[in-house]
Amino acid sequence: MDWLTLSDEEWTAIRLSLKVSGVAMIASLPLGILIAYLLARGKFWGKSILNGVVHLPLILPPVVTGFLLLILFGRRGPIGAFLYEHFGISFSFRWTGAALACAVMAFPLMVRSIRLSIEAVDRKLEEAAGTLGANPAFVFLTVTLPLMLPGIIAGMVLSFAKAMGEFGATITFVSNIPGETQTLSSAIYTFTQVPGGDAGAMRLTIVAIVISFAALLASEFLAHIIGRRVHLE
Amino acid sequence: MTLTVTAKQKLGDFSLDAGFTSERGVTALFGRSGSGKTSLVRIIAGLSKPDEGRIVLDGDVLADTEKRIFVPKHRRRFGYVFQEARLFPHLTVRQNLLYGRWFAPKNTPGESFGHVVDLLGIGALLDRRPGRLSGGEKQRVAIGRALLSSPRLLLMDEPLAALDDERKAEILPYLERLRDEMNIPIVYVSHSVPEVARLADRVVMMRDGRVDAIGTPSQVLSGPSLSASDRREAGSVLSGTVERVDEHYRLATIRLSQATIKVPDAHVAPGHRVRLHIPERDVMIATARPEGLSALNTLEGRIASIEPDGEGTIRINIDCGGDIVLSRITAFSGERLGLHPGMAVFAVIKTVALER
Repeated sequence: MDWLTLSDEEWTAIRLSLKVSGVAMIASLPLGILIAYLLARGKFWGKSILNGVVHLPLILPPVVTGFLLLILFGRRGPIGAFLYEHFGISFSFRWTGAALACAVMAFPLMVRSIRLSIEAVDRKLEEAAGTLGANPAFVFLTVTLPLMLPGIIAGMVLSFAKAMGEFGATITFVSNIPGETQTLSSAIYTFTQVPGGDAGAMRLTIVAIVISFAALLASEFLAHIIGRRVHLE
Repeated sequence: MTLTVTAKQKLGDFSLDAGFTSERGVTALFGRSGSGKTSLVRIIAGLSKPDEGRIVLDGDVLADTEKRIFVPKHRRRFGYVFQEARLFPHLTVRQNLLYGRWFAPKNTPGESFGHVVDLLGIGALLDRRPGRLSGGEKQRVAIGRALLSSPRLLLMDEPLAALDDERKAEILPYLERLRDEMNIPIVYVSHSVPEVARLADRVVMMRDGRVDAIGTPSQVLSGPSLSASDRREAGSVLSGTVERVDEHYRLATIRLSQATIKVPDAHVAPGHRVRLHIPERDVMIATARPEGLSALNTLEGRIASIEPDGEGTIRINIDCGGDIVLSRITAFSGERLGLHPGMAVFAVIKTVALER
């Protein structure tokens, strides 16, 4: 059973991957809800352009997305330089950069899922809440948001799973530095590049399967609990 | 309480141009579907904006297109009961009921939770979720939810239309208690003659987006503005008091101004104030007291007026000791009997419905 024991480096890659995916998922959630809401309900000029931009990472080669991130968010890039000067936030060759790459790559999936759930919310219920005295913000928090919760959870799981598997954009943007930017996927890739790395690749593959499966089960469970509350009518 | 409404709105081919003033009690907006009742009540609630118009409740201007005033729906404090209950599926019945409480002004006492729950008979449902309720139960909860938001005015948009007759019969008594026990003016939208006859103090009859007639239920529901299908149900609405109840034959005797009427299978107790609806097609006229008839009620009266409708029937207003009973017969029968105003006749009433 020796070959099943994970080395320290492998543990580091696993922990890093969980951290990167978790942060990517949580940090992009508020923006995801906002964009999904705008796309579902908004009427404004350039809506189809916004929709296109959000979906770009889904259709572009991941390497292209990674390279664009490098140009924009690198230390010398226009956005990267600004963030570093004013907030001290740096993305280049840091785990934060990996999280950014994962978030961008997973964003279309999250937005799609949330958008569908917003479109499924019965606006008549919001109208009813309004006649009971609730202002629009309160209606959103107490009626719209709870009713779209299944879609939000599905979006979060999709985003997390996509982030766990992200490879191309991450390695292009922040490289493959053990302990800093070497995620599970990059670690597996590294193992396959060296002689005798098959066992390590296999161990991490099993871990990846277990994590993805656990995320899926957790989301099914949550959706079941919430669905039981929401979809009775 | 005085509600004044004027509104113009164009929606595609349909144009609404209506207005009315209502005092306390139940004002029914009555008319066929497509006559603009719902559009008008949505404008009152602030769910849609009129192109032109003014809505004032007791001097408080809620909308005035000329002065560019539009109070949004959540600041009007008008309760709204929709045709479909629109309960929040993710909340329990109790949470649904209390939803409006969060926004009700703290200094007004409002209706107590217990009272509303008792009034609507929903105490056993409090911990359930809306998905597990029957249509009638949902609608009762929706009414309670609107009441508990301490509304200044209750708008009800065909609250019974989506229910079958049995459910309607289940809810109507609650609506009557609501009218009699709560001090909230109600605007009640309906296309059903029996509902309006039973509930309304005042009827605003609408047709094609315009107001056709305004008056008491007996004036409007017996008036010429009713459509052919409604006319079948048209008739007189009389109020009276239950004098006694015969348990054996299950007959209640109702005292009108002077005459009495027997009503079968009525669940009432002596002393109750009740309303009777007598369809005008179910009243026959005899010039001599008829004998050997199965009809329970034969009232003696005098013809007050005769109105021909130009379609071969005439409507006769019979003054039976202060109550006007309407009868619709063919013009042919009228001539054959030689009916004329002032003539003493007997009104043979075939059916009478009690509208408690």
